[in-house]
Amino acid sequence: MNDVQTLEKTPSSSNDLHELDADQVASSDFVTMAVAGQKVGLPILSVQDIFQPDAITNIPLARPEVAGSLNLRGRIVTAIDMRVRLGLEPLDSDQKPMSVVVEYEGELYSLIFDTVGDVMSLPDDWIERNPSTLDPVWRAVSVGIYRLDAELLAVLDVGRILDFGD
Amino acid sequence: MDDLLVEFLTETGESLDQLDMELVKLEQDPNDPGLLGNIFRLVHTIKGTCGFLGLPRLESVAHAGENILGKFRDGEITVNEDGVTLILECLDQIKELLAILEDTEAEPEGNDAELIKRLNAFADSGGTSMSDAESAAPEPEPEPEPEPAPAANEPDEFGFVPVPADQTGVDVAPEPAAEEDEHGFVPVPAGQTGQEAEAVAPEPAPPPEPAPAAAEKKPAAKTPAKRAGGDGDKQGAKDGGVANQTIRVHVGLLEDLMTSVSELVLSRNQLLQMVRHMEDSEFAAPLQRLNHITTELQESVMKTRMQPIGNAWAKLPRIVRDLALELDKKIELKMVGADTELDRQVLELIKDPLTHMVRNSADHGLESPADRVAAGKPETGVVTLRAFHEGGQIIIQIKDDGNGVSVERVRAKVLENGLATESQLDTMSDDQIQQYIFNAGLSTATAVTNVSGRGVGMDVVRTNIEKIGGTVEMKSIEGTGSTFTIKIPLTLAIVQALIVEVGGERFAMPQISVIELVRASPRSEHRIEKVNETPVLRLRDRLLPLITLSAALNLDDGKPIDADSELFIIVVNVGAQRFGVIVDRVFDTEEIVVKPTSPILRNITLFSGNTILGDGSVVMILDPNGLSGLVGDMQMGEDADTDGKQLQKDVAGEDVAVSMLLFEAAGDEPKAVPLSLISRLEEVDLAKVESSSGLSVIQYRGELMPLVLVDGSNPYGGSGIKPVLVFADEQHKMGLVVDQINDIVEEVLNIEYATDKTPGFIGGALLDGRTHTVLDIAHFLNLAYGDWYGAHATASESATKPSPRVLLVDDSQFFRNLVQPLLRIEGYDVEVAENVSEALARRDRGQEFDLIISDIEMPGADGFEFARECRGRGPWQRTPMIALSAYATPENFDMGRSVGFDDFVAKFDRDTLMSAISKTIASKEEVAA
Repeated sequence: MNDVQTLEKTPSSSNDLHELDADQVASSDFVTMAVAGQKVGLPILSVQDIFQPDAITNIPLARPEVAGSLNLRGRIVTAIDMRVRLGLEPLDSDQKPMSVVVEYEGELYSLIFDTVGDVMSLPDDWIERNPSTLDPVWRAVSVGIYRLDAELLAVLDVGRILDFGD
Repeated sequence: MDDLLVEFLTETGESLDQLDMELVKLEQDPNDPGLLGNIFRLVHTIKGTCGFLGLPRLESVAHAGENILGKFRDGEITVNEDGVTLILECLDQIKELLAILEDTEAEPEGNDAELIKRLNAFADSGGTSMSDAESAAPEPEPEPEPEPAPAANEPDEFGFVPVPADQTGVDVAPEPAAEEDEHGFVPVPAGQTGQEAEAVAPEPAPPPEPAPAAAEKKPAAKTPAKRAGGDGDKQGAKDGGVANQTIRVHVGLLEDLMTSVSELVLSRNQLLQMVRHMEDSEFAAPLQRLNHITTELQESVMKTRMQPIGNAWAKLPRIVRDLALELDKKIELKMVGADTELDRQVLELIKDPLTHMVRNSADHGLESPADRVAAGKPETGVVTLRAFHEGGQIIIQIKDDGNGVSVERVRAKVLENGLATESQLDTMSDDQIQQYIFNAGLSTATAVTNVSGRGVGMDVVRTNIEKIGGTVEMKSIEGTGSTFTIKIPLTLAIVQALIVEVGGERFAMPQISVIELVRASPRSEHRIEKVNETPVLRLRDRLLPLITLSAALNLDDGKPIDADSELFIIVVNVGAQRFGVIVDRVFDTEEIVVKPTSPILRNITLFSGNTILGDGSVVMILDPNGLSGLVGDMQMGEDADTDGKQLQKDVAGEDVAVSMLLFEAAGDEPKAVPLSLISRLEEVDLAKVESSSGLSVIQYRGELMPLVLVDGSNPYGGSGIKPVLVFADEQHKMGLVVDQINDIVEEVLNIEYATDKTPGFIGGALLDGRTHTVLDIAHFLNLAYGDWYGAHATASESATKPSPRVLLVDDSQFFRNLVQPLLRIEGYDVEVAENVSEALARRDRGQEFDLIISDIEMPGADGFEFARECRGRGPWQRTPMIALSAYATPENFDMGRSVGFDDFVAKFDRDTLMSAISKTIASKEEVAA
């Protein structure tokens, strides 16, 4: 069975996080993931489920980004390999990736990331537009970059991830 | 009870409830036009439906009520308490009549003249008086009595108004009775199912006719007693009221329920599988119970969506009756198994195909009474509809005892329409040929009636049935009749599927298209053989085209299948196509819930959906239709559809793609010939080649077939097994021995350079990325049948008939080279012209031809202009002309006819062209004679 990780909002558990004054600016909550060392985030409301997939059925003839399909409590979810989607090398076979389930236009998709991190609440004015020098593949899926203390977090958009440009 | 009546009662019951409420509202707010409009509409509907069903008494009451409401609506009468009371009274009367109707299935005797009179009087008087009832009484009382308020619920006041005694009974009593009817009971007696079954009883007599008749007679004795019996009796009767036994549920809710139950079934399967591996599990007993309950639940939920197939048949007796009159035939329609239930979604989808097929059977299938008698059959033809369950499917058969389908006629039609070539047809069984009736544009009815025979329909029938995962096939014995068998899944949601494995992955194959499973190994009866690396299976004296599923799904490592190992082959039937699918392993069958694939996977035509198996894993469901497309691409077997597609592509214009066979022979230069010229591919052991008068021949199908090599030499004395391309027309065959067959490609053929020097070669063309030499088959035919031309000429001369002279006008050198030799072989004397002006120059020089074949699309003047010119003036006014075009569209066809062409043939359609030529010349000779 799949390990279902419960989502808990832990705004101050992360080192990356600044102490916030809630009165000052509105903030948004993100589920953070990592893919090939890069921290990325998805708006928390778009995430339905996070679990470690144990059996992904390969789908022959599907586009390379499609990792396969899996069974999420009786619903069939199409899995997208984010590494392939972002033009990266495949994950080492000894590492177990994580599945982040999102809903898009009434269908469920599982986005396969390397690891899943904390939920972060980030003030809205921290976001910056994608730098123009960003890799086009990243620019296509990212809606902006958050400046965290130690690193940057790219905010992804589900619709853009699933838009393969054809 | 009649279906329609049940529906009417349910619906009217609902309308009446609504009316009660709306009328009270109206009384409070008399000036709401929307409310009034709604009330009027409801009463009007009731009236209309009564009229339609032949219920005159109800109709007249409703009509009178509607009358008043109409005046309310038009403002002729202001809404007042009297008016509303009268309307309510009218509705009560309707309810009472309905109660009796429901009980006895007929309107009670008697009439409502008194009530109607009061209603009408009210309407006529402009609504000022309620005491019009008095006008029925002896004394016309002028006193208007503005507010007598004889409301039904105030019997005291009512007493003041002189109303005939029996009226009170009607007025007052029904009110509480009706009240209780609506709210007092929740009657769900066991009678319901019985009643339903009755409703769908297998005599779907045309409803409108018997209903009124029954209404007159049946209840005559019963009714008065009922009325006398009073309220108690009435309530008792209403206990089993149809109106209260059914509720309306949104289909969406049922769908959701179905989905949930499907999930439950899957979870149950999963549990069962887990427990099966445990011994003495304590779960066993409760699980067993869960199992039963789940099954029951599944069945009940399925039942909510189930409807008897009789619903789809209800209209058929009438249609058949009308047909019989129209066609002047005697037809009896038998219906067996009308209570067979199937999913309402499926039912909706098969309604139209079924109707079409019955019409078809009655029109095409059955002969006229005279013909039947002559054939020793009873005058009346029988069309039998039969429905039953079998193996989780619904089987519907439409059988007629008519003339059957003539294989010869289908054959001729298939050839005529270019759906298959003669040689392809030769390899088919009669059964297979008959299935062609499901192809577009094929009707064997000689005459087009307004019933059928237009060649549309059966293909639509097949498409519709296949859309819901069903199959349709026909078995016909000439002279004794045809049987159409439709197999459709019980429901679209759950299907039986065969689970197979290939390349380490599992897939589900819908059981409905699986014919059989064959295990092939070199030692078993069935083994896989290869025709030029293309595997085929020899199955009961037939070659079955094979698809390697691993290759189709890109799951092989590029290595071809090993024919020496043990393989499983699923024999699949899709429409008229039958083919084998090679898989690695076959598991058992499982019930699966079909779920649509994610939108990003919909472009993969090989999958029709996906599902979750009992062990919780996701598998893709293979789409047999998608797989059959692969067979088409392989250009194997009796595959009509691709030929059709081929023709479509050909229509694309000058740059038409041609199927070319690529091979190697006489050196390593790759060669090519148009596939359409080849009738068969064979392998020949050169050691068996014999020599006869300088010609190499081989015994082939009981005849001698000359063999030549590409370099023109004789293969006699060689050894080894070589592929042979067989070229054949009706009487002659010739084999071209080659070294190796490489591929079949479909590409636009452009002869890049012409070779005049080398006999037998037309030129070079770029095919499949390489330069190929295109062969001139005419040359090789000459080599093989050099003496035959002479012989033929002598024969012609002895008949003192010179060979017909044919002028071929075509701008494409390739087609001139293609068609010319074909015509020569047929014994025509052919001259060619590259364009219209060259052709007309021949006319002006005074040349005469027996036939002109002209391309349509040509640079400069096109074929249409050419025909106009020929027909317009000069010596070729009467010369028969055949148009040859890549654009075989109806528009072009009509255009061709209108400018003077005698026939119109699609390019590359050799057989049709030949038959058109001989027909045209023959008819010309007839005219001349």
